[in-house]
Parts: sequence; C-alpha cells; structure tokens
Amino acid sequence: MEVAEVEAEVEKKATATRSRLIVRLAALLVSYSTLVSVVCCLAGLIALLVLPLLAKNTYISENALLPGSANPVLSYQHVTQANNLILDIMNIADDKEAPDIEIPKLIAKYMEILGAETYHHKFSQPQNQFHPLYFFSTSPNSPPTLANLSYGTSTVGIIRAPRGDGKEAIVLVSPYNTQNAGGIDASASSIGLAFSVFSLLSRATWLAKDIIWVASDSRFGDHTSVSAWLNDYHNPNFIGDASSNRIFKRAGTMACGIVFKVVEKERREKYEDRDVVTMYAEASNGQMPNLDLLNVVHYLAVHRQGIRVRIGMFGGLVKSHLVRVLGEVMQQVGRFARSLNPDWRFEMPSSEYVEGTATLASSIYSQALGVPTGPHGAFRDYQVDAVTLELSPRFSLKNEHTRLAFLLKGGRLIEGTVRSVNNLLEKFHQSFFLYFLTAPNKFVSVGVYMIPFAFLVAPLPIIAASLFNLTSNRNPWRWLHTAKPLLITHTWSVVVTLLPFYISKISDLPSTHCMLTWAGGSLMALVILYIVFGSPYSKHVEWRLLKAVMIASVSIGLCLMSIINFATAQIGALFVVPMCLFALPIRVKTNNSLIRSMVMTCNLVMAVLGFPVTAVALMQGVIKGFGTVSILEFWDSMKFLWGWNSATYLYLVLVHLPCWLLFLHILFHPCR
Amino acid sequence: MASHTFLSLLLFYLYSFHLLRPIYCSFGSNGFETTSVPKEEEFSEELLLKPLPDYKVLAHFHFTSTSPPSSSNGKHHHLFPKSIAQLVKKYKIRELELSFTQGRWNYDRWGASDPLSTANGKPPGVELWALFDIPTKEEIDATWRNLTHSLSGLFCASINFLESSTSYSAPLWGFLPNNGDLRYGALPREAVCTENLTPWLKLLPCRDKAGIASLLDRPSIYRGHYHSQRLKLRSDGLNGIVIEQTLSVVLQPIDRTSWSMHQLFKKSLTGKCALAKSSKVFLEIEGTLVSQNENILELVGEADMVTNDQRDHSTIYQYNVERYSEHEALDIRVNWKKLLQVSFLQAPLHASRFLMGSGNERGSIAISLQSARNSTKGLYDNSKNCFTRVVIFQVVPWYVKVYYHTLRIYVDGAIRDAKDVVEKINVAPSEDKVSPGTLEMMLQFPCGMMSAALTLDFDKGFLHIDEYPPDANQGFDIPSALVSFPDFISRRIYPDSISSPLLQSYKGRNIVKSYTEVLLVPLTTPDFSMPYNVITFTCTVLALYFGSMVNVLRRRVSEEERLAKSKDKRKPGLIPLLISKISNKVRGIKEDSANQSQSSQPILGPKVVFKVVLIALIAVLGHYIFNSS
Repeated sequence: MEVAEVEAEVEKKATATRSRLIVRLAALLVSYSTLVSVVCCLAGLIALLVLPLLAKNTYISENALLPGSANPVLSYQHVTQANNLILDIMNIADDKEAPDIEIPKLIAKYMEILGAETYHHKFSQPQNQFHPLYFFSTSPNSPPTLANLSYGTSTVGIIRAPRGDGKEAIVLVSPYNTQNAGGIDASASSIGLAFSVFSLLSRATWLAKDIIWVASDSRFGDHTSVSAWLNDYHNPNFIGDASSNRIFKRAGTMACGIVFKVVEKERREKYEDRDVVTMYAEASNGQMPNLDLLNVVHYLAVHRQGIRVRIGMFGGLVKSHLVRVLGEVMQQVGRFARSLNPDWRFEMPSSEYVEGTATLASSIYSQALGVPTGPHGAFRDYQVDAVTLELSPRFSLKNEHTRLAFLLKGGRLIEGTVRSVNNLLEKFHQSFFLYFLTAPNKFVSVGVYMIPFAFLVAPLPIIAASLFNLTSNRNPWRWLHTAKPLLITHTWSVVVTLLPFYISKISDLPSTHCMLTWAGGSLMALVILYIVFGSPYSKHVEWRLLKAVMIASVSIGLCLMSIINFATAQIGALFVVPMCLFALPIRVKTNNSLIRSMVMTCNLVMAVLGFPVTAVALMQGVIKGFGTVSILEFWDSMKFLWGWNSATYLYLVLVHLPCWLLFLHILFHPCR
Repeated sequence: MASHTFLSLLLFYLYSFHLLRPIYCSFGSNGFETTSVPKEEEFSEELLLKPLPDYKVLAHFHFTSTSPPSSSNGKHHHLFPKSIAQLVKKYKIRELELSFTQGRWNYDRWGASDPLSTANGKPPGVELWALFDIPTKEEIDATWRNLTHSLSGLFCASINFLESSTSYSAPLWGFLPNNGDLRYGALPREAVCTENLTPWLKLLPCRDKAGIASLLDRPSIYRGHYHSQRLKLRSDGLNGIVIEQTLSVVLQPIDRTSWSMHQLFKKSLTGKCALAKSSKVFLEIEGTLVSQNENILELVGEADMVTNDQRDHSTIYQYNVERYSEHEALDIRVNWKKLLQVSFLQAPLHASRFLMGSGNERGSIAISLQSARNSTKGLYDNSKNCFTRVVIFQVVPWYVKVYYHTLRIYVDGAIRDAKDVVEKINVAPSEDKVSPGTLEMMLQFPCGMMSAALTLDFDKGFLHIDEYPPDANQGFDIPSALVSFPDFISRRIYPDSISSPLLQSYKGRNIVKSYTEVLLVPLTTPDFSMPYNVITFTCTVLALYFGSMVNVLRRRVSEEERLAKSKDKRKPGLIPLLISKISNKVRGIKEDSANQSQSSQPILGPKVVFKVVLIALIAVLGHYIFNSS
C-alpha cells in the first residue's frame, strides 16, 4: 500500500513539474508585461536596423543554370543587322506620317526574315476601375473594346526550338514608345538589342525552349501592353470577332520572362565608368521572382560582361545624417565584437552599411507598396518569374560605334541569361522567393527578416492578456461588451473601403473633391453607426478591456497581412505597435505625473501620425523628401494602390484605420 | 508429330489461299498489301528525299520486310527479324506501330495533307499502339503489359512505363476504328537517342553496313530538326507479317541554296544491300515547287525514271541503287535557283492546343482550329448543307481532372450548343490512380467556318509523395491530341510502272490528321529538399498542440486541489500552492503570505540575476583571454 502511495505521489509531482514550466513562464511574462514589451520592441527595432549586417551574399542555387559556362557567340554580324533595324526605325519615326503603324510592320518584316512566326497584338488602354469584390483575383475578363480608336499594337515573334518539344517558352519583352519623340533613340535601341539576340537565337541549335519576343508598344505604359498580351495568352476570349486576322500564337508554358529596355540617362555630374544595368524585380503585393534569376543576371553582368548592376535605392537615405551615425555605431560595435572574438565577423564599413540600409529601405518600400516596379509584374500575376533590366549606356547612343559596342555587350548579357534559363530542366524553385535585397549581390532571407517583425508583434498578446487580467470585472465573458465598439469600428472600416467604388462612379471629380467626399462619407457612416448601435462608451466598457480587444484584433490583422505582403506588415507594425502599447485615456489618474505627461505627449503625437493619411504622407516624406508630399494627394495614392490591386490598400483601411479609431476611443475614454 | 502439324498447316495454307483469294484481291487497292502473296521472305529498301519550302530537306528511309504466313523453314527465318516474328506470335498482334520522335513536325511549312506528312507527323516522344487478336479485354490488357516490357527491352527505351493502366487507353473510334482490341499509349517525355536506333537497325538484314542504311551517319541524322523513327507491323493469315521500318529526318543543309546527298549525310551511297529485293532512291518534288516556275529547282544527276502522280501533285525521280558502285556513288544534287516562299498542302483546319489559366488550382485545355482556307479553297463551298467532320482524340492523365461537362464550343466567335456541333462523343472519365481520361469526339463544322475553339476545364490533382517523378518541378505532360479529318483523304496514285512498297503505301486511303502540341501542366509540388524540416516542424507543432490540449482537457483543477488538501493538511501540496500562486500572479494581487513570497523569490530575485551576470562575465572574459593568448 505504502509503495503505491509513494508512487502516486511521485507521479503527481511529475505532472506538477511538467505543467509548472509553461504556465509559470506565461504567468511570468504576463506579470512583467511592461518590461517584456519594452524589451521586445527595442529588440525589434534593433533587429531591423541590424538587417543590412545580416545580409548574405547571393549564390546560384540551381546547378542546372550553369551561367557563363558557354562563351557568348553574339557577334558583330548580329549587331550590325540590328543596327540596320535601328536606323530603319529612326527613319520611319522621322519621315513617315504614321510611325505607330509602320514600325510594327517593319519589326514583323525583320522577324519573318529570320524565319520566326509573327503576329500583331492589338490592345486598348484599360480603364482603371476599382473592383472591391474582385480584389485579389486577376482583373475580370471583360471583352476588349477595340472600337476605342486609340489602341496599341505589339509585335510578337516566335522561334520554335529546332529539336524541342514546344512545352516551354522564354519570353523576351522589349518595350518601345513611338509617341515620345525624344526617347526614340532609346526605344529603337531596345528593339535593336532584342533583335540582335533574336537573330542569334533563330540560328541556335541548342534551344530547348521556344523563344517569344514581344516588341511591346508602350504608349499606355510598359505594363499595360505586356499585361494585355499575357492576359490574352492565358485567358483568351473566344467570343467576339473571330476572323482570321486575330491570330494569336502560343508557345507553351512560360519558363521565364526577361524585360529589357535601353534608357539613355541625362548626363550626370557623376562620371559613369561603365555601362549600367538596373534590375527591377518587385511585382504586385511584394512578390519577387526567384532569387536565382537575379543571381544569373548579376553574375553574367558583373563577371562576364563587366556591366555594373544597380537596384533600387533611396538616395535621400544615403545623405541622411542619422543613417550615417548609425553606420558609424555599427562599425564600432562590429569592431569591438571582433576584438572580443575574431570569429565574430559582422564588422561592416559604415559607408557600406549606409548603402545597404538605403537599398534595403527601397526594397522594403517597393514590396510594401504592393505595386510592380515594371512590366515584369504582369508576369508574376501568372506565376512566371520575370525581371526588368534597364540598360543605360556609358556613352551616347547617337554615335554608331559606341552603340554597336553597347548592343554587343547588352546582347551578350541577355544571350547568357536566355541560355541559362534554357538549360533549366525544372521551373525556378531552388532558391528564395521571399527576400529583401540590400545590394545587387546581397540578400536578407525570410528567416532573418521575420525576426524584427516577430519581436514587434510578440508583446501584443502578452499586453492584451495582462490588461484583461487587470480589469476589475471578474466575469470571464466581460470582453463581450467591448466587442461592440470593435464591431462598429470594423463595420465602419468596411464601409470606408467600399466608398471609393461609389465615389469613382461619379465622373469628373477632381481628386481633392473625391478625397473630401470620401472623408465626409466616412464620417457620416461613423455617426450613423453610432446612432444605430449606441455610444461606444457604455457602462461596461472599461478602457483596459477596450485596449485589450483592440490589441488582439490588431495583432490578428498584422499577422494576416504578414502572410499576404510581409513588407507592408513590417512597416505597418512600426506604426501600429507603439499605438497599441502606449494607448492611455487622457482622464486616467496615475501617481507619477512625469510619466503620465510623457505618455500623453506620445499619445497625442501618435494620434496625429497614426492617422492613415498622415502615416502615408510621413512614409512618402521619409522616402522621397518632404517637399513633394501633400496630404491632399492621399486620394491619388489610394487610387494608385487599388489600380494595381495592391493589398496595402486593404491593410490601410481594414487594419490600420480601425486601430487608429480605437486608439482615439481609448484616448477619449471617460474613465468612469 | 511435327510432320503432322506441318501437314495441317500446309493444308490450311492452301485452303485459305484458294478460298480467300477473290476477297483478298478486292483489297488490292489498300496500299499495304502487295498484289501477289510473297512466297518467301523479302526485304526492300528505299529512300525518299524531298526538298521542303523552307530550304530544309526531308529524308525518309523506308525498309520493308515481309514474311509469308507459313515459312518454309519452320521457326527459322532468312531475312525477317526473328525477334519480331516471336513477338507477333506470342502476343497475337494484328497491327502495331511504335514511333520514337524528337522535335515537332511543322504542319504549316512541311505540309499537312500529303501522305508523307500524314504518316510522318508523330507526337514527340514515344507513341505505341497495337491491335490484338485476343477476344477478352482482360487478356488484351495483360498482353499489352507484356508487350510493353518486351518492346522496352528490344528498343532500349522506357516503353515499360506504358504498362501502368494510368498511361494507356483503349479508344474505340477516335484513333482508329476497332472493336475494343486497340490499346494506345504515349510517353511525351521519352528522349530519343542512338541507343534506340541501334536495335532498330539490328532488325535490318544488312544493318547499316551496306545499302541505303549505310547513309545513317549518327551525327548527321541527329542534327536534324525533326527525327522520327518508326516500326509498323501488320500480320494476318494471308500476307504473313509485314514490317515497315521508317526513319524520317528533316535536315538543314549547310548551304541553303544547294545540297547533295553526300553533304547531307557525310557518307556516300555505294551500292545496295545484297539481300534486298529492290533498292531505290526517290526524289519527290512537290507540285507547288514546280508548277509556279519550272526553274526553281535544278537537279544534277540523271534519274532512271520520272513520273508524276495522277493529279500532278508531285513529281517523282527514281534512282536505282544497284547501278551504282564504289567507283560511282549515287549523289543526288539539288540547286535552288530562286528562293521563294511557298507552302505545301495544308490540312483543312490548323489545330493547336494550349492551356488556359494560371495557378496551381485549376485551368482549362483549349483546342483551337483555324481554317487554312487559301490552300484548300477547292474543297470548300459556302453552301449551307456542307459540313466538315473533325475527330478529336485526347488522352489526359488522371491528375489533370477534366470536367467533361464544361465542354464549350465556339464557332466563329460565338458560343454554340454542343449538341449542334458534336456528332458523336465517347468519354471515358479518368479514375484516380487507375485510368486516364479519354475523349473521342466527332464534330461537325460548317464548311465556311473560319475558326473554332473548344475548351474543357480541369482541376489539378494532388499526387502522393512517392508518385512524383524525379523532375516533378518541371511539370507534368499531357500527351498530344490527335485531330483527324475523316472527310479528307490524302493519297497519291502513281503509275504501276513503279513497284515500290513506299509509293504503294501512298495509294492507301490515309485520313488527313495532325497531332497537337504536348502540354506542360505545372502541378503543386512539395518542397522535396526539405522533408526533414517540414516533418520536424509540423511534428513539433502538433505535439505541442495536442500535448497541451490533452493536458488542459484532462485536468480538473478544483478536484485536484480538494484532493490534495484532504490528503495532506499540514504541508500544502505542490499543486494547490502552484495554482494559488499562479492565480495570484494572474490577478495581480500582491503576495502577502510569507510562504508565497519566499517561493516566488527564486524566480527572478536580484541574487539570481547577479549570479547569472557574474557567470556570464567570467565566461566572456575567459573566452577573451583564452582566444587572445
């Protein structure tokens, strides 16, 4: 008997110790919630600032790519052929009355000489209509209205791989614009560049995938023509005029899209010692092409052709003193750490840190905006990896000799990239899809950049739990009363989301009026909701409970957004998390007046800055400089966002705005 | 015993010969059969060269071996490949065709409705079909399985993948009219190489040592733009076994304007295979190349015979190989005098197939038919009662789950009711992991139609982890669909003065047909490189979740508390102590009991913090000192 009792005792102890750890840890965290939240927030901020130090060098993950394993064979012969085309285009642009009809014909003629299958693709300008119900799906399949007089004509040529089975295709896109008289040089060079590569590929015996060249007429923007063509490629419309002149040829599943255009930059003060290629990779909602694609381009450009590779960077941040000081601090810390242990090699020169930060900021911002940075974005909508390369020559393109040399270099870069992708047996899947770039050859992968966000979001549930326990009411269902204001706020935010749809139906309103209508409508909706459902400050609504519920809803919103577009959630957390943590009613009584006044100041500042309109303006101010930003442009920037189906709009209105409203509710809580 | 069998066989042979002769003669127009039953095994070799409009050259090698129904030598053969004879005998094959193809036949440029294109256009990869002389379905399936394995061994190819019931189908009339004894399978991804050619050459009596086959220089023929190697056999009681071995290659001459046989193959033809009954080289010049301007092509070398077909579609130049020797090799040379764009006979409708939609969830297969009117104007009239029939045969693997009820047909840009257009349809829906989906459909379009399109929606299925092939991330293939036009017959009738099995086969009633592209469907693939991470992560999460869940559900806090109290009143139990403490903590009530404050102290007392910091400092210092020294 005794033995059994002892055993039971031991067992009980064992279970007790097991449950002890988790529960105890949770209780500990909750009881020290203030400390935990401060530490976590600081850690999050520091981790964010340290990201450039943690960036790793890129490497080519897919072995089959074999970049640069074959010598480029693009020769002067191809380039001189291309030069003839360039000269013809420029002649047409100068002489002919209708260059926009003649140029596609000319390109098609040149394509046919190479033995390619050609056709013209006509498209009209799409109407940027806000469709709240079709938000995440691709644009609804509306019949194309070519009756519209103004339409663009892209020319498409297809080379069938001689021994290939035609299952896959590589798409080359060269946008050109005939409307812009000044840029005809660069436009013609883009086409010439594509033609030189195309003429090489039409004779290549090693092709395994078909090659499609789209000379896209970018009179309505680069993106429009490419996305119109891609839409017809993937979702053709069989109803309508089905005469044989609407020929549309296809070449299998797309393996990759390479968009390239020649851009002649204004002569800058800064002397460029090399040709430069700028890579744009961000597609809609922060999607990125596979890192391998960028790696291949970077490798071939830098190590084979000697072209400098750039990616987007915020020039303003490079000059910013704050960032420079941070860079110095990082350098010192790194040096100190190294002196402690020579194996800790995270020392980084401050200039490199500053550049890395500026690039990283640009990378995060472009992803957070959720708007593609070029025509490659249209490819990503169909799960095709694509990148836009903007080639800018070192010397002027007017000089024929330098133009030929530039075409040879650029052509070889594209030839090498096509060859690498052609080598691929499988689609891009080896390398990262979720990453930020801090330099053309440095990246921060998802595992690292999630840390700051995790730190920022981690205190939210802890604070919510501790607030919930601090309330005087002991009823476990006490939060139900506070659910009402939460529900009202979110209903309101849904109404605010949908309002622009109806406002945009009223045509011919200047954007300021639209903005005011939107604001007025929203206010009215709020008032109506309060009249219908009653005041948010009922007897049972304690401010602590309200704050707890707000924090809970915000943390859910942030986590959801981090799945859709991580960068948006990351930037949003920087605004929202302090709002959640600092919220305190004005009328609340505390012992320490100093802390109270400090918190109150913070609260008032955040009430202003946290308002989505000012938050967006602040964000744009930091990035682009404050001189250009105006609050009244909010309507335009929102229109821009929903025009591109960016989920950032939804985040701003469905997560950020209710958070701010609840924050105000707490701020003006009567504290009975 | 043996003599008895032989006698009965002989009797049967004579009997059948006498009885069936008249019937058989009525079949004489069918190109496959020859006008007289061969007494002994025969072999003939032929090569047909044909300049194509895009300055490429089609070289079509044609080897025919025949074996009489009952060989005078019993089981032994003189010329006929024994392995094939055994195959036919064992699996009771009535007809079989196996093709290995690389590249695509360009129906637009190389012709689509002449007999050569109709017979040569084959889908990329391996295609195998066979007709069996076996009554029951189960037996046919079993025989098919054995056959695939045998052929796989015979031709060094992975034809054995057609064994699985998910990869072959039994079409009733879409591919070839039959009584359910046809089996059809295709492997679009099979690569074709010399290792498939060598066993194929072994079936020839002279291999590639002499005769026309000696032209088969591997680097030259594999450099071509299209390469299709076929074996077609037919056996019946009357003719015995006939096998046709053909190899079609489309070569690009180095000099576009002029080419010769020697340039194309890097070898010369110095004589015939001694065992061949006939050995001939033909040069076929399509009518469109000649009629426009007589002087487009110039021929160097004198032909033995020049003939036109009955309707002047083409001209044939015949060269008898036996006239040539090592001293005087046969070398046909063709010069293009003038470069111009012409096209060969087109099929009435140009068929292409493509995928619609994107993403890993669903999509649609679309088949688009474009009228090629300019080339076949004569065949069309715009009268209301004129209809063109189109037969579509398509096999879709089970993981592409086609919803056949979503069939939509658009004719000239307007959606049409399926029952107006579909004349006959036979659908065998796919069964998961058992059988592929087969669609046979006969459509009737008005003759004046310019374009038509068919769409079928599908869902993408999930495969089990071990069903994925090694290169799953490439995507999955849907084999080519076959679009045939039963109202259009491609035949060319040449004067009887040419006795050639190759040209005889032109006489047959070959239906115009074309294969569509192979489609590549990207399916969802798991991240194969990270199974370990995924498994450990999910297991950890699940374990944590279920552990704590079970713990919470099983626990009865108040009861445990009471139990512990009643058991030991002197010393408060560990659990009630803990619980009261936690609840105090959670409620934020300051501990007033000395006991509790004592026990809560060790969690994060200043002493503990001090100790931890001290130890950390010592560790860092020690590390620093040891490293620097």
